[in-house]
Formats: sequence, structure tokens, C-alpha cells
Amino acid sequence: MGSLGLFPEQASTIAPDVDHLLYFLLAVAAFFTLTIFCSIFYLAIRYRRRSENELPRAIHGGTALEIVWSVIPFGLTMVMFTWGASIYFNESRPPDNALDVYVVGKQWMWKLEHLGGQREINELHIPVGRAVRLTMTSEDAIHSFYVPAFRTKQDAVPGRYTTTWFMPTKVGKYHLFCAEYCGTNHSRMGGWVYVMAPRDYEAWLSGGASGGSLAESGQKLFDELACGNCHKPDGSGRCPSLTGLFGKTVQLAGGGTVKADEGYIRESILQPQAKIVAGYGPIMPTFQGLVTEEGVMQLIEYIKSLGPAPAATH
Amino acid sequence: MNTADVHEREDYLNVSHGLKSWLLTKDHKRIGLLYLATITLFFFLGGLFATLIRIELLTPGGGLVSSETYNKLFTMHGVTMIFFFLIPSIPAVLGNFFLPMMIGARDLAFPRINLLSWYLLVIGGLFALFAMLAGGVDTGWTFYTPYSTTYSNTWVIATALGIFVAGFSSILTGLNFIVTVHRMRAPGMTWFRMPLFVWAHYATALIQVLGTPVLAVTIVLVFCERVFHIGIFDPALGGDPVLFQHLFWFYSHPAVYIMILPAMGVVSELISTFSRKPIFGYRIVAFSSVAIAVLGFLVWGHHLFVSGQSVFAGMVFSFLSYFVAIPSAIKVFNWTATLYKGSVSFATPMLYAFGFIGLFTIGGLTGLFVASLGIDVHVTDTYFVVAHFHYIMVGGAIMGYLGGLHYWWPKITGRMYPEGWAKLSALVIFLGFNLTFFPQFILGYLGMPRRYHTYPDEFQVLHVLSTAGASILAVGYAIPMIYFAWSLRYGKLAGANPWGASGLEWKTPSPPPLHNFDKAPVVTYDAYDYSTVVGEAVEVG
Repeated sequence: MGSLGLFPEQASTIAPDVDHLLYFLLAVAAFFTLTIFCSIFYLAIRYRRRSENELPRAIHGGTALEIVWSVIPFGLTMVMFTWGASIYFNESRPPDNALDVYVVGKQWMWKLEHLGGQREINELHIPVGRAVRLTMTSEDAIHSFYVPAFRTKQDAVPGRYTTTWFMPTKVGKYHLFCAEYCGTNHSRMGGWVYVMAPRDYEAWLSGGASGGSLAESGQKLFDELACGNCHKPDGSGRCPSLTGLFGKTVQLAGGGTVKADEGYIRESILQPQAKIVAGYGPIMPTFQGLVTEEGVMQLIEYIKSLGPAPAATH
Repeated sequence: MNTADVHEREDYLNVSHGLKSWLLTKDHKRIGLLYLATITLFFFLGGLFATLIRIELLTPGGGLVSSETYNKLFTMHGVTMIFFFLIPSIPAVLGNFFLPMMIGARDLAFPRINLLSWYLLVIGGLFALFAMLAGGVDTGWTFYTPYSTTYSNTWVIATALGIFVAGFSSILTGLNFIVTVHRMRAPGMTWFRMPLFVWAHYATALIQVLGTPVLAVTIVLVFCERVFHIGIFDPALGGDPVLFQHLFWFYSHPAVYIMILPAMGVVSELISTFSRKPIFGYRIVAFSSVAIAVLGFLVWGHHLFVSGQSVFAGMVFSFLSYFVAIPSAIKVFNWTATLYKGSVSFATPMLYAFGFIGLFTIGGLTGLFVASLGIDVHVTDTYFVVAHFHYIMVGGAIMGYLGGLHYWWPKITGRMYPEGWAKLSALVIFLGFNLTFFPQFILGYLGMPRRYHTYPDEFQVLHVLSTAGASILAVGYAIPMIYFAWSLRYGKLAGANPWGASGLEWKTPSPPPLHNFDKAPVVTYDAYDYSTVVGEAVEVG
């Protein structure tokens, strides 16, 4: 049996924020629980039945009281809502300089890829004091990436990308769990997050790289799949140029626009018919089944590396 | 009095005999008892699964059963308890029996449909039992896609069909209640003279009729996806797995109120009867039931805060969820205020009512935690949520159900249960419940995910406490089974109104005659008017 603490470790910038809100909620909950318990104890004993024929005077209600005990709880709940929502909002906005890590959940393991090409299974090595942004998906059922010490949790959903971020504040080793039930070995789908001092992290990075960065692997895949036959860099191909595409707003056939983010590029590789770029035909075949989720992530990093846009170079 | 005297009078129990007279009965009281027998079996089946779960979790390494078996155990525990015990519990047993009597009606509006609804529950239950015996199902009671549609190799369809059929039982019961309340009230029984139990069941019936069809549609879609691969939920076919969660919780969040609203109705009756006062703020308590039913349909997205739904949607659902807190808080405050200057009795049903208020308060207040976005990201899918909803469903709904069962037992059977044993078991249940589930709040905040067969060593102390509590709770549930059965033969005979209660159901003999009242009642006073009950009154307060 391990040690019995009542609160989990705080190891991210968001963890103290969440805990402070928890203390507020605990205070409110304790106050109302005590108020109700004590009132019932007191009233039940003070007004206990002393003879079988007692007939208390009927009291039908009191508008002032009803207003008081509706308005006060309502005010308190709005504090809870606003406070909780502001934390949630922050959790959805990673800083620009965040370190990108890709995550693929599958029954029953977490596969993680760093931009430098380092791959890990059920382990994540990250430096302390640097924001980390996770872009994740699943190859099968829904999973959920959960690090209690960071107070963060995000479902990894097949067919789309979800993201979350955190900034670790304390060197150490923390539980990584799958929090969404995903079948037989759900409870074994987890491992550890290692938060390292920057120098240790650099050492780990240089020891782990093999076979080039993610973008380089993406370029190899791009060539193997002959994507360049149509997606020519100068725009002369049958398909749009990918140079400088990432982060741009794309005009779609039939009106509308879409921001060229990770989710859009993934969809365009796996379901090319979903959104057609204005001025081009629906001629691209699907690469579903031909490229793995990890391969798609490498392609995205390659496309990200194809900047800046040609217009900017003139 | 001896037994012979009782049987001189004809009542619904001795008016006819034999299996056929029960299986083809159209009497709402007998149908209520058919439900009672059925759901009691399911309760002990679900309890058996819970027992195995708690024994398994004594050790972190998962030594008792395999992971496959463990996953089936928590799935079948949830399916059994929710769809075949909690949802039918108070409405189908106590509501069936007493809703018509409380408004002075001879029966429900559609007696044959009432019988049909029991058969549907039995057929649905047999499907689910078949699935369990054939090998079980391992999707969790929530059946999340694409796990349930693509990856699970267990009896998903048989179980889902069982729930589908049982759902129609729930719809028909709700429909029957709505029509009965509108059409069958006795002369003088206006809407605002109805007992709050009836108001609560009316609100519940609205959810059953409006929400359950969505569950039926969702099950059909899961069926089509699993069998025909039509691509509603499978992303490889262009579907969206999260769509399932929206559809599922559109029913299943209101379904929580199908379980808790009737218990609130019971508690209103108990608090009033055993403090011999009208409920403080009767109309507000009545409307708060309807408000909970309506608001319940607007909050399903709070189950999806980490599922990838937009930040804006998360905020809207969090905001709306807090509105449910207000009518719930109002009820608790009004029940408490009812005690003021009352004549408070500590009979067993009242102990259950106190237990309900205490546990529902904790369950409701922790609902504020999970409705808060920042906290929920951390605690969703952990034991914190498990503890929260067990405080509502077990601490709330089952305490209400047991309180109601004790309260109306003399009316149903004509016999009293043994008061000493009953008080003891109420106390054992309250203590056992808290020891079982309070440690789970701490476990959850520490980060212990739910549905885990194995877990890190540091969580073991709290799991051992929880299992210890569960064994106390099991004893607490076994005792009433024994003394209720005992009382059928040896219990003291009950008069028409042993509690000095004011409802119409107490103005007819125990057990009631076949058509409830010897003379059709005419109502000339409000609900909870105890001056009509207490003979030579000693005025207090």
C-alpha cells in the first residue's frame, strides 16, 4: 500500500488554478452541508413529537425566504461557472511557442512522436517550464489522455484531431492514464510522463532521435506516395501547391473558407472529397488505409516545413 | 383482532386467487406488486455484480477475475441497476400503486397498457439476462461508439434490444400517468390539491415520454451500425463517434431525473406526514419538479467537456447545468423549513427521508463541482464522478424508494414491519453508504480513473475502505428483505391510517379494496391538511 495523500501533486501551471477553485467549491459545499445537517438535527429534536395528538399550526411558505434561498445559491453558482469557464478557456489556448508533440491512442497504448523524430510508447519526456501542446487522435476506440498531476484530460477521438496543452512546473515522474473506457486492457493503457530539467531533456533528445525529424520522415513519405506529381510547388500541377499552405485561409469550391490547420490537412489526405479547393477538381483519391495516423502526422509536419508562402519571397 | 377478521373484508389481494389472476390482472395495485417482485430480483442481481466489483478492487493487481470479466461486471451492474431497477423503481412500483389512489381514482387511465408495460419490462429484462448468461457485454452501460459498434466482441445487440424494449415499458408508464393525472382526478382534486408525489411523477412522466424515444432511436442506430455498417458513428465511413454521446446523453441525463424526481416526491410525502405539516412552499416545490424536468433536457453537453466539443459549447452547457441546482436547492431548503414548529416523528420512513436529504445534498453539491468546467476536466471519468452519481442514485433514489416502501408497506400489505429492525437497517445503510462512496470522492480527485480493473498501489487504502463500506451496505439491504417477508405473515395488523397521514390513500382500508375506495372520494381540502386527520388535537407551534 502506498502513502495516503488527500490531494494530488501540483505539477503544471494550471494545477494550482484548478485546486484553488476546488477549495472554493469545498468551502461552499461544506457550508451548505453543515447548514442543512445542523438545521435538520436541531429542528427534528427541538420539534420532536411529544404526544400522538399534536396538531402543529400550518405554515404555507414565505416568499422572502424563497427568494433569499434561490438568489444566494444562484449567485454562488455563477461564480463557480465563471471561474471554471476561465480555466477551461485558458486550457484551450496554447501559447504560440509551445513544444508540439503528436499522440496516437490505440488499444492499448499511447504512441507519442516528437518533432525531432523521437518516438515513445506509454512514456512522454518533456522539459520543465516549457509549454507542451499535444495534437492527438485514435486509431480505434475513443481514448482519453489524462495526467492527474497536470489536471489535464483530453479525449483522443478517431477521425479527428483534438488538442490540449500544459506547462509542467516541477521535475518528476507522473502518472499517465487512459481515462475513457476502451476495452479489455483499458486499465493498463498508461505509463509515465517524465518532466526533466532542460539539460537532461536535451541529453534525452539527442539519445532518442533516429531516422530523421518528423518533417524529414514526412518528406520521404510524400515522395513514396508520389504526392508531388500533382501537388507541384509552383502551383502548375493538377492539385494546389502546398508551399506556404499551413495556417493560411483556403477558398473552397462552392463558397466558404477553411483555415489550413492540422485537422484540415488530415481530412484532405484521408477524405479528399470533403473539402475541394476552389478552382480544382475532385480528383484526389483517398489515402485511408494507405497512410497510418503517424504517417499523416509526419506529412503534416512536412507541409508545415514548406514555408514561407511564395508571395512573401517576392 | 385475529387474522380471520381481516379476511372477512374483500381487498385487492384476496378478491381472486391463482397465478392467472396475477399475470392477467388489470389492477394497478397488483401490477405494482408484479413490478416490485421483478425489480427486486434485478436489484439483487445488480448488487451481486457490485459485490464482485468491490471484492476485486480490494487489491490493485486484479487477482480475482480477468479484465474481460471485470469489464463485463461493471457493465452489467450499470445496465441492471439503471434500466431494470432504478428507472422502473419508484414510478412503476409506488407510482403505479399510489398515484391513482392519491388523486382518488379507481385505476390508471389505461389498465391494459399498464399490464403491457410490465410485460415489456420482463421481456426486455429477459433479453438482458440472456445476454448476461450467454457471455455478457463489456461496453459500459454508456455503450460509447465506436467501441460498442466496431470493437466489442460481446453481446451488445441482445443487451441493447433489452434496453430498447424496456424503454417502451417506461414510455407507456409515463403516458398512463400523464393521462391519469389529467383525466381521472376525483371531484375537488384540483392541480394544486395534488400531493407533491403526484406532481413529481407528472414531471417524471414528461421526461419518460419525451426522452425515452431518443434512446430508442439511438439504440436502433447502434444496431444498424453494428450489423449493416451504415456509417453513422464510424469515422472511417464518414460518421462521427461523438454524435452518439450527444444522442445518448440527451436521454440519459434526463434519465437521472427519472430516477431522482420520484424519490423527491416520496420525500415530500414523508417530511409532511412525519412532521404533520404541509410542505413549506408547496407550489414552489411542485413547480421545481417541473423545472428540473424541463432543464434536464438542456444540459446533456456537460458530459462532453473533454470529448472535443467546442469551448463555446462547453461554456453554454456548464452555464445551463447550474440552473438545475436552483430548483434542487429550493426543494432541500423547503423540506428543512417544513420541520420548523412541526410535530416531528422519528419513524423509519422519516429516517430514510433525513438520509435522503443528507445524501442528496452531498450528491447535489458535488454536482456543482462537475458542472464547473475547470474542475470537470480533471475529475470527469474518475471515481469522483462515480461517487457523485452514486450519492444521487443510491443515496438519493434508493433511500427514497426504501423510505416509500416502509411508509406504504402497511397500506400495501395490511401489516406493519418491525420498527426496531427497520430503524437499525436504515442506520446501517446510511453508514455503509457513506463509507462506500465518500472515499471515492478522494480517489477521484487524486486521479483514479473509473472502469479500471487494475490500479496503482497508492490508491489501495481508499479502495479497501470503500469495499468495507460496501459489505456493511450489503447487510443493510439484506435486513429489510428478511423482515418485509417476515411481516407478511407475522407483522402487526395495520389500521387504515397508521401514520396519521392526510392523503386519500389513507382514507381507505389496508389493504385497499379492489377499486380502491368503497365510496368515490370528494375532495374539499388542500393536500397535507392534518386537521382532517388528528381527532382530539393538541395544538402546538
